[in-house]
Amino acid sequence: MTTTEPAETSSNQPMFDLLEGFVAELRSAGLPVSLSENIDAAEAVRHIPLEDRLAFKYALAATLVKNNAHWKTFETLFEVYFSLRGSEYTLDGEDGDPFADMDLDMDEGEQGPPGDGGQGGGEGMSPEELAELLFQALMKGDEILMRAIARQAVKRYAGMEPGRPVGGTYYLYRTLRNLDLDGVMERLMEQRQEQSPDGMTPFEERLERDEFDSRIEQMRKEIEAEIRRRLVADRGAEAMAKTLRKPLPEDVDFMHASREEMTQLRRAIYPLTRKLAARLARKRRHKRKGPLDFRSTVRHSLSYGGVPADPRFKHPKPAKPEIFVIADISGSVAAFARFTLHLVYAISSQFSRVRSFVFIDGLDEVTDYFEGVDDITEAIHRVNTEADVVWVDGHSDYGHAFEVFWDNYGSEIGPKTTVLILGDARNNYHASQAWIIKEIQHKARKLFWLNPEPKAYWDTGDSIVGEYGAYCDGTFEVRNLRQLERFVDNLV
Amino acid sequence: MTHRFDSVDAVREGLRKVDYLADESIAGIAYLADRLQKPVLIEGPAGTGKTQLAKSVAEMSGARLIRLQCYEGLDEAKALYEWNYKKQLLRIQVERGDESGEWTEIKDDIFSDEFLLPRPLLEAITADDPVVLLIDEVDRVELETEALLLEILSDYQVSIPELGTIEAKQIPLVFLTSNNTRELSEALKRRCLFLHLDYPSMDREKEIVLTKVPDVTDSLADQVARIVRSVRQLELKKHPSVSETLDWARTLVLLGIEHIDEKEAVETVNILLKYRSDIEKAVKEFSTNSDAHFTG
Repeated sequence: MTTTEPAETSSNQPMFDLLEGFVAELRSAGLPVSLSENIDAAEAVRHIPLEDRLAFKYALAATLVKNNAHWKTFETLFEVYFSLRGSEYTLDGEDGDPFADMDLDMDEGEQGPPGDGGQGGGEGMSPEELAELLFQALMKGDEILMRAIARQAVKRYAGMEPGRPVGGTYYLYRTLRNLDLDGVMERLMEQRQEQSPDGMTPFEERLERDEFDSRIEQMRKEIEAEIRRRLVADRGAEAMAKTLRKPLPEDVDFMHASREEMTQLRRAIYPLTRKLAARLARKRRHKRKGPLDFRSTVRHSLSYGGVPADPRFKHPKPAKPEIFVIADISGSVAAFARFTLHLVYAISSQFSRVRSFVFIDGLDEVTDYFEGVDDITEAIHRVNTEADVVWVDGHSDYGHAFEVFWDNYGSEIGPKTTVLILGDARNNYHASQAWIIKEIQHKARKLFWLNPEPKAYWDTGDSIVGEYGAYCDGTFEVRNLRQLERFVDNLV
Repeated sequence: MTHRFDSVDAVREGLRKVDYLADESIAGIAYLADRLQKPVLIEGPAGTGKTQLAKSVAEMSGARLIRLQCYEGLDEAKALYEWNYKKQLLRIQVERGDESGEWTEIKDDIFSDEFLLPRPLLEAITADDPVVLLIDEVDRVELETEALLLEILSDYQVSIPELGTIEAKQIPLVFLTSNNTRELSEALKRRCLFLHLDYPSMDREKEIVLTKVPDVTDSLADQVARIVRSVRQLELKKHPSVSETLDWARTLVLLGIEHIDEKEAVETVNILLKYRSDIEKAVKEFSTNSDAHFTG
């Protein structure tokens, strides 16, 4: 052992403590971090200086996060945990405040606001001036200025007070409302229109819009980061990490997903279906051999003088079930129906035929929308807009929907049919008509009910899933992609 | 132990010299892979330069690239090593004429280095010169075959029952690529550094076009990158990859197009997109004006 070594470890000690806390936080957010990965991370940070924040972040990510879907969770936690470290990220960087020189540029030709000009920073600007500055920054795509404006806007509009028990989204909402980014977007586009001499073609306009969109998105992120920084300063990293804890995409609840989470879900479902299809195809291929093929064995025994030395087996023909999906697409459970339909059609090659029906209080067959279409998203969009599912008032009426189904399609259910019913069974106190479910179960191979509500809520209020469930071969709680994937996997 | 790279910046500069534009994460992880002596698992959509990264790292560090292409049904004999049984048979037959030959002698003889056919993995381990080992599309092998890789990835050694354990003479830099068609095993992931290669940012894509496409003007590269970014925002079956972007830019240069407008875009979009439904969607999206009130 050399003498330098103890010194080195002692200087690293706070780093390791920090890392340990961070890993614990990742684990409680649901990321599977193993012990050896933890050790790797500790090893990795020895080679990367903490000051190089970006490299530091990627080094940690490379050792700790082994699934891209977890990246966002990691990033948020990282920002919380390490946001107050590194010089450029000090909270009130008054000395290095870009506004100091910005004001000089802006004040040229116009009167500086009287009074508190000496306050420094952007404090002295009127809201109009700040808005104008924001407009200019977005127009030029000036990132440094954008960051400064984000800082200023949060200070001014978010109304953050120490100790106030309000979530970050509230502050974000307040800040964004005052900045009116949509209005700024329109101004930006108008400005571009005027600048181009002979008008823009729709194509050019579209490109411009995308460009500004991405800049505004950038701005929004800056504001979020600023709010987070201030919250961390106020409450401490551990407490913040707890409030920020968001479910991983595969654990997001279908019924309560925010718009952003919906986009994430939609993105997550593509790789999921691909993986599922590959896995199922593989399973099928690697199935054991079928039963003995007597004819073929005798035929082949001829070449061994009548000794059946080479037994032949039939090719296995696993039954491909026919699937009927009956989905409630009323508001509260629409997202769930959408994802399930998407998943079922993505692996439709595993079934001999898939037929789908959607209902609210009336019922309509939508199989046609999916047939011969290779864009499932488009088909689902058509389901939502074109299907004729409203009978009286557009509130779920399971009983009536089942009646319609039974009258029109009941006779087509056969012993090869597996029926999936998707919905929360909240019937608005209409008649249940549970006898239809009983009849269906009688005729069909299997009948499953998938409910997107947590089990604890079943049979509360107007939910009558228990009444229907009595006649099903299984009722399942399917609240997120993870559960959905598991169900579909077992179905095949 | 000498290291291949001095710093993250050195990696980035080196890669730039061989025309690979690395961003912060790519350079950082390549650097770490060398320092920690760990393999890198690269995951991401097709055509984002996963394989190219391994090739470029090999080129910049002057190492030999050994490539193992994975496919379903890959086994030990094709990945690790195989006994050259024809040669072994020959050897036995030669011995047979010679009465004095003892069986144990022959046995020791025929299971020696001479009769061993090294396959990519063994070759990478036993090489004397620096090598970069690329295990391409590792998600194509079955879950069970993955286990073959574990010993080599964590300890850089191969155990051959008849010979014993062969340890690496030098630690090769290992890259594994995956298109994520299935979940890789935890055991494999745990042993690797993980790098997700996504489509590049617009600025980086523009630079890639500028470096890779000869005779392209700055303004054309800019337009190409911007249009590709917009196309990637649509919900498509298959988003254009970097290589398709490059193909498209090359085509535009060949056609002598300097300014891309709707007409040019629609005419050449089939180079960028490969599915009919995607093409239709993109054409529809870009030729109709969705926000009519802005044109007034």
